[in-house]
Amino acid sequence: MFPIVRRKEMAGGKIILNEILAPKIARVAQPGQFVILMAGEKGERIPMTISDMDPVKGTITIIYHVVGRSTVAFRRLQAGEGYSSVAGPLGLPTEAEGAGLAVCVGGGTGLAVLYPIAKKLKSQGSRVISIMGARTAELVILKEEMAAVSDDLLICTDDGSLGRKALVTELLKEVLERERPDLVVAVGPVMMMKLVSEITRPQRIKTIVSLNPIMIDGTGMCGSCRVEVGGETRLACVDGPEFDGHQVNYDLLLQRLQAFREEEHEAMMLLGEEEIERCPMKKEMERE
Amino acid sequence: MSSKIDLDRVEMPKQSPEKRKRNFQEVALGYGPEQAAKEANRCIQCKKPKCVEGCPVGVEIPTFILALREGDMPGAVQALKRKNSLPGICGRVCPQEVQCESRCVLGKKGAPVAIGRLERYVADWDLSTKKCPVCELLPPSGKKVAVVGSGPAGLTCAADLARMGHSVTVFEALHDGGGVLVYGIPEFRLPKNIVRSEIEYVKSLGVKLELDSVVGRQVQIKGLFEEGYDALFLGIGAGAPRFLGVPGENLSGVYSANEYLTRVNLMKAYKFPEYDTPIKKGKKVAVVGGGNVAMDSARSAMRLGADEVHVVYRRGREEMPARLEEVENAMEEGVIFDFLTNPTRFLGDERGMVKSMEVVEMELGEPDASGRRSPRVKKGSEHIVDVDTAVIAVGTVPNPLIASSTPELKTTRWGTLVVDERGRTTMEGVWAGGDITTGGATVISAMGAGKIASADMDLWLRKDGAWDGK
Repeated sequence: MFPIVRRKEMAGGKIILNEILAPKIARVAQPGQFVILMAGEKGERIPMTISDMDPVKGTITIIYHVVGRSTVAFRRLQAGEGYSSVAGPLGLPTEAEGAGLAVCVGGGTGLAVLYPIAKKLKSQGSRVISIMGARTAELVILKEEMAAVSDDLLICTDDGSLGRKALVTELLKEVLERERPDLVVAVGPVMMMKLVSEITRPQRIKTIVSLNPIMIDGTGMCGSCRVEVGGETRLACVDGPEFDGHQVNYDLLLQRLQAFREEEHEAMMLLGEEEIERCPMKKEMERE
Repeated sequence: MSSKIDLDRVEMPKQSPEKRKRNFQEVALGYGPEQAAKEANRCIQCKKPKCVEGCPVGVEIPTFILALREGDMPGAVQALKRKNSLPGICGRVCPQEVQCESRCVLGKKGAPVAIGRLERYVADWDLSTKKCPVCELLPPSGKKVAVVGSGPAGLTCAADLARMGHSVTVFEALHDGGGVLVYGIPEFRLPKNIVRSEIEYVKSLGVKLELDSVVGRQVQIKGLFEEGYDALFLGIGAGAPRFLGVPGENLSGVYSANEYLTRVNLMKAYKFPEYDTPIKKGKKVAVVGGGNVAMDSARSAMRLGADEVHVVYRRGREEMPARLEEVENAMEEGVIFDFLTNPTRFLGDERGMVKSMEVVEMELGEPDASGRRSPRVKKGSEHIVDVDTAVIAVGTVPNPLIASSTPELKTTRWGTLVVDERGRTTMEGVWAGGDITTGGATVISAMGAGKIASADMDLWLRKDGAWDGK
């Protein structure tokens, strides 16, 4: 068992932080890598990016949004209890190298993935401008942590309850009007990463995104996480999860993420859980 | 004497096709005591048994059959386990018709002794009674060995090394041990409680099993030596899927056989929603390929409730690499075979779910240099067929995770590890065996490779010798 040594509820229990004792993973994990967790014998294998690691304490931290059956099961685990299985670190470490100006754009729980990357860039001497967004103030996570690793921190919410009433993409456009970054890193809902990549493409600003396809083993064995990058099929679990944002086929990723929509719905109904709140950008896309 | 021998073997009872095609319970039910005794009596106890030569791990076949015949079940178990730590698995999944049973002298006149069925009977007796003591271990050698991968090659190598007195730790990337035995081969051919029990037996020899341990990511090969391991065995299999490379292959509902079978077998998606992992229960399923993995996928799709399951294979029935028995089982269960047919693209609906597949008909040309008749497309034969699920079962390739992070390990152009006849890789102190050295092959050949490597590892460890000197 992999015990939870610290558990924190955020956003009224919609977002959960777990600090997990996993010394072998904590010893070698690097920013950008992920783990696959199972809550119990009958559970699913769920990938989560490592948002912080402490090799001395032997712990890793994950932060997740409670969105489906498995994250509902994860939420039930209290401090002292634990995951039956945690495999990792998996995937390639982030390739982003600190250089000049880096703009880090994060949406929702994507901040949990973005934070270790921003921290790494800052430690390597980059000037870091961070743009973080969420639907509403209570869903804004890691504000202090991001502030500590950013030279500038811009916050926005869809409803204006914290920071600007705007989408992260609007703030990014404003930054690009006055600055020329060497690198943009975007992590969040697929639609957000797609829009960010569209914004940076004309100016050919190097853009890295972290993809979140459905995974099972996470070691390159099954191809469930296959994505199309530059017209080629790649496996996000071993070739990624970070890719060149300008090369990713986002529409395919969105389609593949919907593959088990009916089954997920069925599982949530059985749990008596309310339907998952959906990202406004995803709604926007569906209207298209 | 020979006139008294019954030339027919005792049949093994099976679930009827109508019943079994909708459940995941084991198809073959195994011999009862009388059936086993009758079949064991057919063995003529050759002085120079050819059957043993046909077994990749050299099981003392006449010895265990004799003990069984004399009612000495513990003796039969011990004779079996002297060479094979996983008899319940081998008795079920070995292709005996090309191994031990192909050499049985009775096969010249009639049916060879059903060695596999008898092995299974003895192993199942052992697992259900647990009356046999753990076999004897040699005194501790003080040497530590790491085995990477808990599939058939790794488990065999680990069990043998433990019996030789070495301290063995097996590293497994998944959350359950067994490799292809748990994620690949379905419950209806190999019940998972058998696999679990046999792994428990290997652990009872002192082997430690570390789950969730991805070597190549969590720890590198060099790191294992730094941790104090004296020797390593890599039994990591050929687990990376091959796809066809045709348009539309990334649509939802198109699975690699590895994904499809992993969801079904390892994650128990057929029990969704009791288990959390979902799977699409397709109504019209196409399985592309002609090997055992294709048969397992097709028969699983049938059991998930499909109306129609097609095996789509670009060559003819004669060329199919699947075991005859499995093809017959699939046919009895209603799987439809589309021979000389090849998919050229997949088409999807507005949600990106596969809805149909374009196929072409093939014809076989003259035999090529390798003696195989290569298929070619019949012009103008393309047509569209409806499918809501497709499973690509056209083989696997070695996962490059370890080799790519360990430059000392030389690979072939197919990505398999280069080894000599003793299983030694190009890196000092590292052996390999099974699918990682051969590409996709059989459970028993992987076990044979694990056994050959363990013998050489033992010699090397005891001599403290140089890598090159024998």
